[in-house]
Amino acid sequence: MASAGAAVQTQAFPLDAERVELLSRLVEGLDVSTLQWLSGYAAGLAVAQGGTVRVLSATEPDISAFATIVHGSQTGNGRRIAEALAAKLQVQGIQARLLRAGEYPLRELGRERRLFVVMSTHGDGDPPDDARAFTDFLFARRAPRLSSLEFAVLALGDSSYPKYCEIGRRIDERLGELGASRLFARVDCDVDFEAGAADWSERAFEALEQARPALAPARVATLRPVAVAPSWSRERPFTAELLANQRISIGDDVRDVRHIELSLAGSGLHYEPGDALGVIAENPSQTVEAVLAAAKLTGSEPIKRNGSSRGLADWLRSGLEITRVTRPLIGKFADRSGSAELSALLRPGNETSLRDFMTRTQLVDLLERYPADWDAPALAGALRPLVPRLYSIASSAKEVGDEVHLTVARLDSGDDRSSRAGAASHFLATRGDAAEVPVYVEPNPRFRLPTDSSRDLIMIGPGTGVAPFRGFLQERAAIGAAGRNWLVFGARHFASDFLYQIEWQRALKRGVLTRLDLAFSRDNGQRVYVQQRMAEAGRELYDWIESGASIYVCGDATRMAPDVHAALVSVIERHGALPADAARERLDRLGAEGRYLRDVY
Amino acid sequence: MAAPATSPVERIKAASRRLRGTIVESLADPVTGALREDDQQLIKFHGTYQQDDRDIREERRLAKLEPAYSFMIRTRLPGGVCTPAQWLVLDGLAGRYGNGTLRLTSRQAFQLHGVIKRELKETIAAMNAALIDSIAACGDVNRNVLASVNAPESPAHAEIQRWAARLSEHLLPRTRAYHEIWLDGEKVAGGEEAEPVYGPTYLPRKFKAAIAVPPVNDVDVFAHDLGFIAIVEEGRLAGFNLTVGGGLGATHGDPATYPRLADLAGFLTPEQLLPIAEAVVTTQRDFGDRGERKHARLKYTIADRGLDWFTAEITRRSGTALQAPRRFEFTSTGDRYGWSEGHDGRWQLTLHIESGRVVDRDGRQLRAGLARIAGMHRGNFRLTPNQNLIIAGVESTERAGIDALVEKYGLDDFRSARPIRREALACVAMPTCPLAMAEAERYLPAVSSALDELMEEYGLGGEPILFRISGCPNGCSRPYLAEIALVGKAPGRYNLHLGGDRKGLRLNQLYRENLDERGFLDALSPLFSAWAGERQVNEAFGDFLHRSGLLRATAPAGSA
Ligand code: SRM
Ligand SMILES: Cc1cc2nc3c(=O)[nH]c(=O)nc-3n(C[C@H](O)[C@H](O)[C@H](O)COP(=O)(O)OP(=O)(O)OC[C@H]3O[C@@H](n4cnc5c(N)ncnc54)[C@H](O)[C@@H]3O)c2cc1C
Ligand SMILES: Cc1cc2nc3c(=O)[nH]c(=O)nc-3n(C[C@H](O)[C@H](O)[C@H](O)COP(=O)(O)O)c2cc1C
Ligand code: SF4
Repeated sequence: MASAGAAVQTQAFPLDAERVELLSRLVEGLDVSTLQWLSGYAAGLAVAQGGTVRVLSATEPDISAFATIVHGSQTGNGRRIAEALAAKLQVQGIQARLLRAGEYPLRELGRERRLFVVMSTHGDGDPPDDARAFTDFLFARRAPRLSSLEFAVLALGDSSYPKYCEIGRRIDERLGELGASRLFARVDCDVDFEAGAADWSERAFEALEQARPALAPARVATLRPVAVAPSWSRERPFTAELLANQRISIGDDVRDVRHIELSLAGSGLHYEPGDALGVIAENPSQTVEAVLAAAKLTGSEPIKRNGSSRGLADWLRSGLEITRVTRPLIGKFADRSGSAELSALLRPGNETSLRDFMTRTQLVDLLERYPADWDAPALAGALRPLVPRLYSIASSAKEVGDEVHLTVARLDSGDDRSSRAGAASHFLATRGDAAEVPVYVEPNPRFRLPTDSSRDLIMIGPGTGVAPFRGFLQERAAIGAAGRNWLVFGARHFASDFLYQIEWQRALKRGVLTRLDLAFSRDNGQRVYVQQRMAEAGRELYDWIESGASIYVCGDATRMAPDVHAALVSVIERHGALPADAARERLDRLGAEGRYLRDVY
Repeated sequence: MAAPATSPVERIKAASRRLRGTIVESLADPVTGALREDDQQLIKFHGTYQQDDRDIREERRLAKLEPAYSFMIRTRLPGGVCTPAQWLVLDGLAGRYGNGTLRLTSRQAFQLHGVIKRELKETIAAMNAALIDSIAACGDVNRNVLASVNAPESPAHAEIQRWAARLSEHLLPRTRAYHEIWLDGEKVAGGEEAEPVYGPTYLPRKFKAAIAVPPVNDVDVFAHDLGFIAIVEEGRLAGFNLTVGGGLGATHGDPATYPRLADLAGFLTPEQLLPIAEAVVTTQRDFGDRGERKHARLKYTIADRGLDWFTAEITRRSGTALQAPRRFEFTSTGDRYGWSEGHDGRWQLTLHIESGRVVDRDGRQLRAGLARIAGMHRGNFRLTPNQNLIIAGVESTERAGIDALVEKYGLDDFRSARPIRREALACVAMPTCPLAMAEAERYLPAVSSALDELMEEYGLGGEPILFRISGCPNGCSRPYLAEIALVGKAPGRYNLHLGGDRKGLRLNQLYRENLDERGFLDALSPLFSAWAGERQVNEAFGDFLHRSGLLRATAPAGSA
């Protein structure tokens, strides 16, 4: 990561400030071969002085660093916050290294002096994939004592999940248990994290400022600053034109899945296969009406909120979250309505019932079932800002130029969700030609194609999880990748939701797709899922893995991902003739090597 | 001259190891509901066609889904005889694997539509368990053999049914491919068993045989490659007049293709039937056109080489000579609705099944009702060449019970339906037939009512008139023998053919092309009005059009 590289350069210099300055001016703008000559020249001088050649890498982690910022981030929020902080420190000439949790050298934790952790929670209260090793190490019994460590934690989360900011909270507690001392109290951020994150960063900065006298001044201001953020962002989305909105599933007994094509023309936005597209939706008007009706409000009530003032209805349509309920919101309803049922849900131990309450309940339901009197400001105040929704990009720019394709499942189809629609999926599914859709690209560096295109791919993506793999295949075809491609797809019915069937058939004919295994869960009497198919193909699967294939999993986080993980473990166990835990380790190692990648939601 | 190029289908047959091809692999491929292209040709010989629901083709294309492929299975049912037990099995399969309907065809067979690839094998196996096979129901072989069902009082009635079965058996392919693929029969080493009659590449084209018992020509005996007209003398079956070289299929705008009535070749005794039939088949096998499938039916072989050459050839091959044809007379091609008594004192009830579609729809529960009847019936069923159904072999004591069910389930349409609708034939066409250019079966109720209303205007309401419609010029409803025929040309557009007789002896003529409904009704109005005004007593519409010179004269079949 360019930014990390740059930041790493801000420490580990055996030179004083002047010489750093000179050096940086000297190397400014030199091309690769010159730089290589230079290093050789310097090495030569060293030998001349009777030394032996030992090249110190500028990026070699060095914990003499004044402070380290670690981020565990799945969808990029935490990464951006951490990068911003590192940039700020750097500009102020404060030495700090910036590391992904995945690249943090665990054995050094014991000697770490100042640690700032930005950590999000995913899955069902799980760490970001990239941070698993880090958290495992930290939570393990044999974790080192950290009496000499000072730390602070920023926890990112989403209060619509029962285990709100779980991982950040546990890290914070654990560091305490291990004897480390808090620089300042943990901050938990909901999806509207900007404000919270900003003042957490501010306090981190102040803490270091105060500590600064304790060490030699380092002025590195002249080193290149951290890469600047892309021009379009979730705060400043690009308005993309809708090119196509085509249902690609048929019938009422399957989810309504849409193939969406948007134009990024003129945006300068670009994406890699594996990235996601952030969509800023408007809530369904029938849901807004239902909410107003249930709350007995007209909608014209003026509401002032961070600067702008609009009518309540307007806020409910765009700006506020009304389809996902959050823990705090349930809390507020518990108070206002005095419902014992709601308060009970919030008590510890009831996470499971709270979880499915949340997936079954929307604001409308709360208003209808737990009546209380709400005035407009109170209601608006109880709601949090509408969060962008992410969608795996289902295309490769090499194939579709400045378009971006998505595969979106409507949540409101099939059942009685007419006024209980999913905000973004409903928004996209109901856009007509040339409609405007505010979007931004969410890079996903953890879910990239192998740089070595001759590597084989095993792609497991049931349902809409298949989306990124459409992009992968387009990319691999475009660059004429030599590696084999194996797709495992699952859906309900061969006849009605075999997503992109004719495209896969063509890819098979052209040899772009080497193998396609299918699991349809509602076709025959017995229900077949992808993990069964994987078990059946265990031998070949194992051979592919052994011959270096990378495994990609995308789709449902709650049921599919764990089942597929278990299936992979038992395949390795069975055909690698390993004991279960060895198989598990093998898979973890694949994960660490970047050969087992997941993008689950 | 240089050896003529052979059509692709010929090459597929030759390479197929006696019709095996890669059907097994095709069936196993989970990525598509279709078969590999070559196998699509081969499965026809096993009695099934790959089709897709054309109504939803576009919708699925847009959804990036392949067409809704399914398979039509056609049974081999010589003379259209089936037992109540067999009926119940087919009814069950239609519900479980098919599209919920049974289709009685114009060749006295059943068709199951909408069976998906995954379930094709189970379905065919289940049919076989009930002793119904579909071998050679399609493909370049002898198809289901027709036999008259409308002269129950004739002693020949039962006898020709047996002949139909024997002829069908005699001309069956010998390959075990069908048993291997669908019934898990054990593999024949090399899979190259001998085909004494057909040889390795079977026939150049489909081949069809029929047996008629005068005075009813319900089988349209002159429409088939091979025909036998039963000659009954002093109450016993003396033998048959042989007809050869009939066929109806044509292609729009290709004068090299045309419907043709069979030639009357001579008379033969019952013992000669099989040898002669085999000789006809092997002659067509050796001389039929294997280069151009549109020119490959026996009718073209005979038209090109002459009847005399052909008779000489079959005489040589069978080692038996034909005698001069005997006298026969046909009075109609229609079914005799209602009850009629057989020579054996048992009764048969002929029901009208509109375009042969056995379905529960708009108030009439044909499928449910017939299942009920099959549940109590002790005789058997006969499918008629007019796509109708006969409940045969009924003891007089059972009639009342059957009548009650017929009424209860709305199977009594033969009593109420207007003659034009009752006599009409419509081919399947949309949405399953891949060759359909226009609607036929689904359009029949509307179009026959429209014609009936027009006739009403000229006081002709209730006059019998033979109307047939097919969705393309292939002529599966034998339209070229009707008094009025519509032959599909494009959605909503038809060629209007006029002037057939009611006995299956005269081809009709193309009267106007490419008409929509308004167009053909307008074209018919003046003709109806003339018929109403100038017809002689009981003069049929087709006959009138000829006598009045509105159509050019043609010689009727058998008058050679
Ligand atoms: C079901 C049936 C019509 C009906 O409504 O009953 C039928 C249906 C089809 N016929 Fe036929 N033919 C049927 C009797 C006929 C007849 C009438 C007869 O045999 O008495 C004819 C005219 C006589 C003749 O063969 O000349 C007939 C001439 C054709 C032809 C044209 C053959 C030719 O020589 O040009 C085709 C197309 C082809 O063979 O290339 C055809 C092809 C077809 C196919 C299989 C379309 C295809 O090739 O893919 C149709 C299936 C439609 C569907 O979805 O079911 N069908 N077909 C009849 C089934 C008979 C049976 O049980 O075997
Ligand atoms: C990295 C990433 C990639 C993603 N890629 C895709 C993709 O390629 N395709 C895709 O379709 N989605 C994808 N998603 C999910 C997507 O972001 C949205 O979460 C999803 O579309 C639902 O959002 P919504 O606004 O339509 O529904 P919301 O407004 O968020 O929820 C609507 C209502 O449905 C309920 N609900 C929540 N989840 C479900 C559920 N699974 N079933 C039924 N009800 C539910 C909620 O409780 C709420 O009441 C991805 C998510 C992530 C994080
Ligand atoms: C699939 C998925 C599961 C999540 N699960 C939780 C959760 O269990 N608890 C929670 O507090 N937040 C949860 N979140 C919310 C994220 O933590 C939140 O969006 C955070 O801003 C993501 O930060 P990141 O982009 O740095 O990963 C989840 C988000 C996603 C996409
Ligand atoms: S006549 Fe044409 S449309 Fe009708 S069934 Fe035969 S082939 Fe199909």
